[in-house]
Amino acid sequence: MMRSARPALFAAAALAALAGTAAAQTKVGMITTLSGGGASLGVDTRDGFMLAIEQAGRDDIEVVIEDDERAPDRAVQIADRMIQSDRVDVLTGIVWSNLAMAVVPSGTAQGKFYLSTNAAPAQLAGRGCHPNYFAVSYQNDNLHEAAGAWANQAGYADTFIMAPNYPAGQDALTGFKRFYEGDLAGEVYTDLGQTDYAAQIAEIRASGADSVFFFLPGGMGISFLKQYADAGVDLPLIGPAFSFDQGILQAIGAAALGIRNTSQWSKDLDNEANRAFVAAFEAEYDRLPSLYAAQGFDTANLLLSALDKADIGDPEAFRAALREADFDSVRGDFTFAPNQHPVQDIYVREVIEEDGVFTNRIVGTAMEDRANAYVDDCTMTQ
Amino acid sequence: MSAALIAEQVLNGLQSGVMLFLMAAGLTLVFGVMGLINLAHGSLYMVGAFVAASVAAATGSFLLALAAALAGAALAGAVVERVVIRRLYDRDHLDQVLATFALILIFSEGTRWIFGSFPLYLDVPPWLSGPVELPGGILYPRYRLALIGAGLAVAAGLGLLIGRTRTGIRIRAGENDREMIAALGIDIARLYTLVFALGAGLAGLAGALVGTIQSVQVGMGEPVLILAFVTIVIGGIGSIRGALAGALLVGLTDTLGGIVLPRALLLVTDPATAAATGAALASMAIYALMAAILVWRPTGLFGARPA
Amino acid sequence: MITERVLTLGALAALGLVALAAHVADEPFTVTLATRAAIFALAAVGLNLALGLGGLVSLGHAVFFGLGGYAMGILAWHAQMYQPMRIGPLEIAGTQSMPAIWLVAVAVSGLAALLIGLLALRTAGVYFIMITLAFGQMFYFFAVSWPAYGGEDGLSIYVRNGFPGLNTLDPIQFFGLCFALLAAATGLVAGLRRAPFGLALNAARQAPERVRAAGIEPQRLRLAAFVVSGAITGLAGALFADLNRFVSPAMFSWQLSGEIMVFVILGGAGRLSGPVLGAAAFVAMEHWLGGIWEYWHILLGLLLLGVVLFARGGIAGLVTGRSHV
Repeated sequence: MMRSARPALFAAAALAALAGTAAAQTKVGMITTLSGGGASLGVDTRDGFMLAIEQAGRDDIEVVIEDDERAPDRAVQIADRMIQSDRVDVLTGIVWSNLAMAVVPSGTAQGKFYLSTNAAPAQLAGRGCHPNYFAVSYQNDNLHEAAGAWANQAGYADTFIMAPNYPAGQDALTGFKRFYEGDLAGEVYTDLGQTDYAAQIAEIRASGADSVFFFLPGGMGISFLKQYADAGVDLPLIGPAFSFDQGILQAIGAAALGIRNTSQWSKDLDNEANRAFVAAFEAEYDRLPSLYAAQGFDTANLLLSALDKADIGDPEAFRAALREADFDSVRGDFTFAPNQHPVQDIYVREVIEEDGVFTNRIVGTAMEDRANAYVDDCTMTQ
Repeated sequence: MSAALIAEQVLNGLQSGVMLFLMAAGLTLVFGVMGLINLAHGSLYMVGAFVAASVAAATGSFLLALAAALAGAALAGAVVERVVIRRLYDRDHLDQVLATFALILIFSEGTRWIFGSFPLYLDVPPWLSGPVELPGGILYPRYRLALIGAGLAVAAGLGLLIGRTRTGIRIRAGENDREMIAALGIDIARLYTLVFALGAGLAGLAGALVGTIQSVQVGMGEPVLILAFVTIVIGGIGSIRGALAGALLVGLTDTLGGIVLPRALLLVTDPATAAATGAALASMAIYALMAAILVWRPTGLFGARPA
Repeated sequence: MITERVLTLGALAALGLVALAAHVADEPFTVTLATRAAIFALAAVGLNLALGLGGLVSLGHAVFFGLGGYAMGILAWHAQMYQPMRIGPLEIAGTQSMPAIWLVAVAVSGLAALLIGLLALRTAGVYFIMITLAFGQMFYFFAVSWPAYGGEDGLSIYVRNGFPGLNTLDPIQFFGLCFALLAAATGLVAGLRRAPFGLALNAARQAPERVRAAGIEPQRLRLAAFVVSGAITGLAGALFADLNRFVSPAMFSWQLSGEIMVFVILGGAGRLSGPVLGAAAFVAMEHWLGGIWEYWHILLGLLLLGVVLFARGGIAGLVTGRSHV
C-alpha cells in the first residue's frame, strides 16, 4: 500500500513525480494541521518546509504530508502509518505540544528521527529528551522567559499575567516568572478556547497593574486584542509572538499596532539567509512568511545539511551531523544545546503597518544566546 | 472587589447573555415548531461572521455588513432547509443529530475552501469604538453597550412577531398542533422554511455582532453552539421566554463564575493553585448548573410538563 | 434473506480476515487500521445497547471512552514512573497488565454510568441528549485543566501494556486481543437481547406502559442498560489508549461522542451487526478520503448525509433490505 502526498499539495506531489518513488532514498513524514481552525499554522509550516526542499533541488528526498486535524489520536494513527507502511526515516511538522507528546516518544523509541518545527514541551527537553529528537524552533518556555526579561528591561514592576488553563498556559506563566523580577498585579487563567475577555479586561483595569503579559495563541489572541483595544485600557501589553504572527495580524488590524512581542525570528532580521528566504517565500506563495514558515524552512535546511554530511542509514553519524547544525539559519547564529534544543537570541518586536500590511519589526534583544531551563534534567547518554 | 467592578462584570454577563439569546432563540424556535435538533446552527453563526467580514472589507460599511450577515445566513438557512432539513422532520432525533453533524463538516471545510485558512478581519466601526463613562465611574466599551441594546431590541421584536402578528400566530399554532394548521390551509412547508430562515438569520446576526470583537475563523460556531444548547435546555426547549432566561443565567454564571471561584479559593490555597483550580471549576460551572436544573426540573425552567 | 446472525458473523469474519491478510502481506499499518476499527466497533457495541435497544440517545458516551482511557493511562503511568498512587492513606501501585487495567476501566466507567444515569434518566428525549452532552463537557473541561495527569497534553505510555502469554507490541497479536473482546461483547449483547432483560428493555422502549403493567419499572431496566453500555464503551477506551500508547482529554470531546454515534447509525442502529459495519466503514472512509482531497471532510459529510437521508437503517439495512430489526 503506497501512498504519496496529497494531490492538493502541489509541492510534495511535484517533487514525488520528479523524483519517482524508486529514486527516493530519504523519506520524510510531515504530520501537521491542515484543516479546521488551526490550519493556518500547519499550512505555513508545510509551505516553509517545502520551499527549502524545492530550493535544494534534490531528487532523492520524498516528503509525505498528512493532516492531523489537530487531534492527538489522528496524529498517532498517521505516525503509525508513516512508520509502519510508508517507512519514513524522519518525522516532522507537528504544531501543537499535546500532539507532539502523543507522537514523539513512541516515534523516537522506534528509532525514527523527529525534527520539531514548532512544539517543544518541557517533558521532551528534560527527563524525556532523546538522541533522535531535535527541536529546531525553540523550547516552549523561551518566548515567555524573554517576555519576563524584557519586562525588567522596560522597567515594569507590577505586571498582570494571564494564560489559558492548560499545560502550555501554565508553562507560559511559569516561564515569564522565571526571569521577571517585579511584582504580580494579578495572575489569571482563562478557559482554553475562550472568546470573550470582558471579565478579565475589567479585572486588569481594576488591578492597578503597570503592564500586562498574556499568552493567548490563535483565535483567543485575536479576540482578546480587539476587545482590549476597544475597552480603552492603555496599559502596555507584552506577549510571545504567537498572537502577533503574520498569519493573524491582518485579522487583528490596528488594535495590535505598537504592541511588543518576543520572537526568535522576524521578517526584518538582517542576515543573508533571511532576506533570501523572505523574498523567495513571497515570490512562491504571494504572502509574507510567518514564524511557522521560518521554522519549517530552517528545519528542512537542517535536515538537508545533515543529509549532505551523513547517510541516514547510519543513525550515529546522521545524529552527529544534525547536532552540528551546519546550515544558514534565517535566525542568524544557531547552535544546539546539549539537550538538542536551540541556543539563540530572542528579540523584541513591535507591530507596525507597512504598505498597508500589518507586520513586525525588531526593536531590541530580550535575551542573548538563550538555551533553556531543562538542559541539566536531560541525561542523554552522549 | 469594588462595587463598580461587580457592576461592570454583571454588565459583561448581561452582554454575553443577550448575544447567546440570539443564538438560542432560533434553535428553540426550530425545535418548538418543527421538532428538529439542529447541530449545524453554529455553522450559520459562522456563515454570518464570514459574510459580514467580506462585506465590511468590500464596502467599508458596518451596518451593510450586519444586514448582509442576516440576509446571507437566512438565505443559507432557507437553502439548507429546502435541500436537507425538511427531509428530517418526521425522523427521530438520532437521524437529525447525525445529519446535522454531517452538515457541520460540510459547512466548516466548505468555508475554509472558499475563504482560506487564515482568520478574517472584522472590527468595530469608529462610531461605536472606545469606552464611555457610566454612572459610578465605570468605563465601559460603547460597542458592548450597543450589543446589549441590539440584543434586547431583537428580543422585543421577536416577542412582538410571535405574540402579535399573523405569522406569529401561525408559528404558535405550529408548535401546538401541526395537523390543525394544515387543516386551516396554511402552507406548512413555507412556514417551516420561514421559521428556519428566521432562526438562521438571527444566528448569522449574532455571528457578525460577536465576530466583530472576536476572531472570525473556521470552527468559531461550535463552542457557541454548545452554549446555546445549554441555554435552551435550561430554559425549556421550545420556549422563547425560557431561552431569554436561560441565556441570561448562562451568561452571568459563566462570567461571574470565572471571577468569584478563583477568589473564593484564594482563602484556602496559594494564588497560582487558586487561579488554576478556580478556572477549572469555573469552566465546568454552566454544565453543572444545567445538570442541576434538569435534575430539579426535567424539562427546564419554562418547558412544557410531560403529560 | 440474510439473517442478522449471518450478517454479524460475516462482518466480524471479514474484519478478522482483512487483518490476517494484511499481516501475511506484511502491511502492519492495515492491521493497525483494523485494530482501530475493532476498538471503535466495541465502543459502538456499548452505545448501541443503550441507544438501539434502550432508546437512550446518549451524546456523552465519550465520558466512558475517556474514563477507560484514563484508567489505562493513570495506572500505566504510575507503573512506568514507579510511583504508587496515593489516595488519602491508601497506596495503590500502578500496573501494566492489561487484564487488571481492563477490570478497572470497566468498573470505573460502569460506576460513572450509574451516577450519570441516575441523574440523566430523570429526563427524556432531547433533554436526555443534552444532559449527557453536558456531562461530557464537564469531564472534558476537567481533564483539560486538571494538571496532575498532563492536562491537555495527556499522558504518554512508552511501552504498550502486557497480556500474559502474548507480545502486545506485535500488531496482529494486539489486534487479536481487541478482536476477541469485540466478539465477546457482541456475543454478550446478542445474549442480552434474547434474555428476558433484553426483551423487556426493547418493550420498555416501544410501550413503557405495558412493561410497567407487567410489574417492571422501565427506568431500572434503562439504568441497567446504561451501566452495561458505559462499561463496554469504557473497555474500548482502555484498548484505544493502548493502541495509541497515549491518552488525552480529546477522548472526552463531544466530537468523539458524535463519532461513536455515527458508527452506530452508519452501521444500523439497534442492529447487532451495526457497530462492526459502521466502525469499519468509517475507519476505511477516513483513511481513503483523506488521500483524495485536502478538504475531504466535505466528502465525509456528504456521505454521512447520504446515509441518513437515503439509506435508512444504515449499512445493515442496505444489505438486508430491511430498515428495522
